[in-house]
Amino acid sequence: MTGWSAGDALPEQTYTVTRADLVRYAGASGDFNPIHWSDRVATSVGLPGVIAHGMFTLALAARALDTWAGATGRVAEVGCKFTRPVVVPDDETGVDVLVRGTVGSVADGAVHVALEVTCAGERVLGSPRAVLRA
Amino acid sequence: MAVDPSLAGRTFAPTEPYAVSREKILEFARATGCGYDGGAAPATFPIVVAFSAMTGLMTDPEVGISLHRVVHGEQRFSYTRPVVAGDVLTATLTVDSLRQIGGADIIGTRSEIADAEGRAVCTAFATLVHRGEQ
Repeated sequence: MTGWSAGDALPEQTYTVTRADLVRYAGASGDFNPIHWSDRVATSVGLPGVIAHGMFTLALAARALDTWAGATGRVAEVGCKFTRPVVVPDDETGVDVLVRGTVGSVADGAVHVALEVTCAGERVLGSPRAVLRA
Repeated sequence: MAVDPSLAGRTFAPTEPYAVSREKILEFARATGCGYDGGAAPATFPIVVAFSAMTGLMTDPEVGISLHRVVHGEQRFSYTRPVVAGDVLTATLTVDSLRQIGGADIIGTRSEIADAEGRAVCTAFATLVHRGEQ
């Protein structure tokens, strides 16, 4: 984070998400809501199909933060609204989630980062933002 | 049926102590593609404990929440320090706010996550949207 200044664009990160990733995340997180693995249940509640856990998408944003910071354990704050579902097809290809970041302010050892998380050109998280410890 | 209006301001009993193992962090890191070098757990790892506190709220029969009508609207973490293997964590959930918008209950929660000595590790803020019967 040395040399970061307000307005800097951080390198875009692309993560491919497949059904297998959702199954793995369900096990790791303990969130077994069937809308994240059953098309039958997902469509019965009006979704287009199985969707990623919102917390999985936020975890990908946090992964980008670690990459940019060059280390783990630097995140002092991270959060978002879950505004649009990431629909994950039942195929080998999956879907791409893109994470972009812009440095907001650098002061008192804290770096504010405004995030943008998109899938198929649409923002899937609302006001995603983070604070990193410099 | 709306949730119990006296819910606002209520603090629930702490969750059962959760012993964080290296293996569990590694499982979560692999599931999200995050790095893990034996130090800090991935930033969103505390959701495992926070989720347990939220489940306690959502399944409390006196609260009146129907689980299948709950949507995770917003999530934010504020860390005092990263979670590490060996931590024994509890989460204590408080309902910070309760509003009704268009027949839905908007439940603002705050889970204070502390270690075995009672020292603060992380605060997890979650907004749960409980949709009314259509």
